[in-house]
Amino acid sequence: MKALAARRRHPLAGIVLLLLGLFVMGGAYAVAAPQQAAASTTASGDADRGEKLFQANCSTCHGPSGQGGSAGPSLVGVGAAATDFQVGSGRMPLEATAPQAPEKEVKFSEQDVADLSAYVATLGPGPAIPSEEILQVVEQDERLAEGNELFRVNCAMCHNVVGSGGALTRGKYAPALDGVSEKHIYEAMVSGPQSMPVFNDANITPEEKQSIISYLKYVEAQPSPGGLSLGSLGPVTEGLFAWVGLLGIIIACTVWLGAKSS
Amino acid sequence: MTDLEKHAAGHGTDVAVGGGGGGTNLPDRFENPGLPAHRHRMADTDATAAKRAERQVVLLFIISALGTLFAIVAYFVWRPEGDFASIQASTLWLGIGMAVSLFFIGVGAVHWAKTLMPDAEVVEERHLMRGSDQARADAVEILRTGNEESGIGRRPLIRNSLLGALALFPLPGLVLLRDLGPLPGDSLTHTLWGEEIAEGGEVRMRRLTQDPGGDPILAAEVTQGSVFHVIPEGLRDSEHFLEEKAKAAVLLVRLDPKDVTVPEGREGWSVDGIYAYSKICTHVGCPVALYEQQTHHLLCPCHQSTFDVTDHCKVIFGPAKRPLPQLPITVDDEGYLVAQSDFTEPTGPSYFERGE
Repeated sequence: MKALAARRRHPLAGIVLLLLGLFVMGGAYAVAAPQQAAASTTASGDADRGEKLFQANCSTCHGPSGQGGSAGPSLVGVGAAATDFQVGSGRMPLEATAPQAPEKEVKFSEQDVADLSAYVATLGPGPAIPSEEILQVVEQDERLAEGNELFRVNCAMCHNVVGSGGALTRGKYAPALDGVSEKHIYEAMVSGPQSMPVFNDANITPEEKQSIISYLKYVEAQPSPGGLSLGSLGPVTEGLFAWVGLLGIIIACTVWLGAKSS
Repeated sequence: MTDLEKHAAGHGTDVAVGGGGGGTNLPDRFENPGLPAHRHRMADTDATAAKRAERQVVLLFIISALGTLFAIVAYFVWRPEGDFASIQASTLWLGIGMAVSLFFIGVGAVHWAKTLMPDAEVVEERHLMRGSDQARADAVEILRTGNEESGIGRRPLIRNSLLGALALFPLPGLVLLRDLGPLPGDSLTHTLWGEEIAEGGEVRMRRLTQDPGGDPILAAEVTQGSVFHVIPEGLRDSEHFLEEKAKAAVLLVRLDPKDVTVPEGREGWSVDGIYAYSKICTHVGCPVALYEQQTHHLLCPCHQSTFDVTDHCKVIFGPAKRPLPQLPITVDDEGYLVAQSDFTEPTGPSYFERGE
């Protein structure tokens, strides 16, 4: 302890402290970070129980019968898919007013989510929770290629070409798609959560949606042999790496070239 | 005396001089201090240090050779198998091997020059720029003789015809520029939407079809909150289909009619709240496709120009200067969306002849 006290004014002490702090923060986050919920099987929901859950948890903003209010939109016609996506990914219930509802820890059990979805589906016709068959990831090359082409035309401008996400206007953003379950990707497409437009079955057929999901899962499974994918964000991170890393090496070489040998 | 004290003392003297003479004590010109004393390197004086430097240079060249061998081995070990990961691995290890081999040749050569090659400073005096009088007189004589023998001063017809021939010589180069392609003409002001299409003996305007599939779009399929990426019917059959697509790409949305401000002269350009706008940014022509269905903002990914879809796609943020052109659409007998006419203004970025 005495040695530690003696060295506390060392010029490197600040840096050591900073690194230590970052390490502890990172470690604590890794332990405490919410884990991605595993893709769940579609449980059949009980609309009556869902209504009670809705009254207790959602009606403050969405109104006692889901008709909407000043704080939340009407849920008539959004369908089970929207509810399952919003509640099942933890976006709802909303934690605070923000430009966008972030994905967070899921507050309800699988059965609760299913019951809520069943109840909201009774408010008006809307997209249903997709079936298990359509969520199966396919592996044929032509389906993956089709998924890639559709993803590039319809999704990649916001979500990035390998689904790494990207920024929108005024604090909104398109989230990264890696680690998102097949069901939630499908439901997002049919329900159009928040800023995202709806891609109904006439626009992108269920089989085409399956191809898109399969493409995303294919890309997600690709290893990164270089070790650093730099977030797959393209020119921003790669440019930063080039400026900081490679220019650093060039400057070091220049300094060494100009220095006289000892 | 420490460095700090020396500095303080020196500073004190400066103040005294400055205060007394107003800086006039400075000499008129400074003496040339000459080169600093030559400092010998370790390798110059110490035989073991020289031996060590020699070994280091050899080691650096050996590392380079190992890098070359590694690159050759890497070519056979990491084969591109058709998936991204193996292609990345192949280029990564090949590149690292080759980078090491070239980089360490350079490092070794520089280290060799810095430690072992002579490092004596040499002064090379600068010569006078002016030639000797004799050389100058000789040069004048050569020119004068040349003029006299060629007769270029006495025979102006030869001189003038030569100048004429030289002046004409670059002309074929200008004619060759013609091969850079036909002039754009009015192609920038027209898109495929303005060209009719023949189907079964019937000539009609082009339907709005989906990108990339090419299926026509029923008005009823465009639900609120949806966005469709649209190309003109028959785009794939056109001769320069990428060029045509770059001008004609359209974004289709359905809005609540009560949210929309329709500018004068554009009544009847939409179908039940379905609006079609050019997808090509008026700034530098990126595809503006980031549609936020709640705010109805359309964001360009290149420079963040933002357009308000509910208000004839006027610019609300960013470097774009003009709103996105609107495509007048209607619905045909079979319920498909179809263009009424071409865009009424050129799509895409400004250009000189556009005149705005």
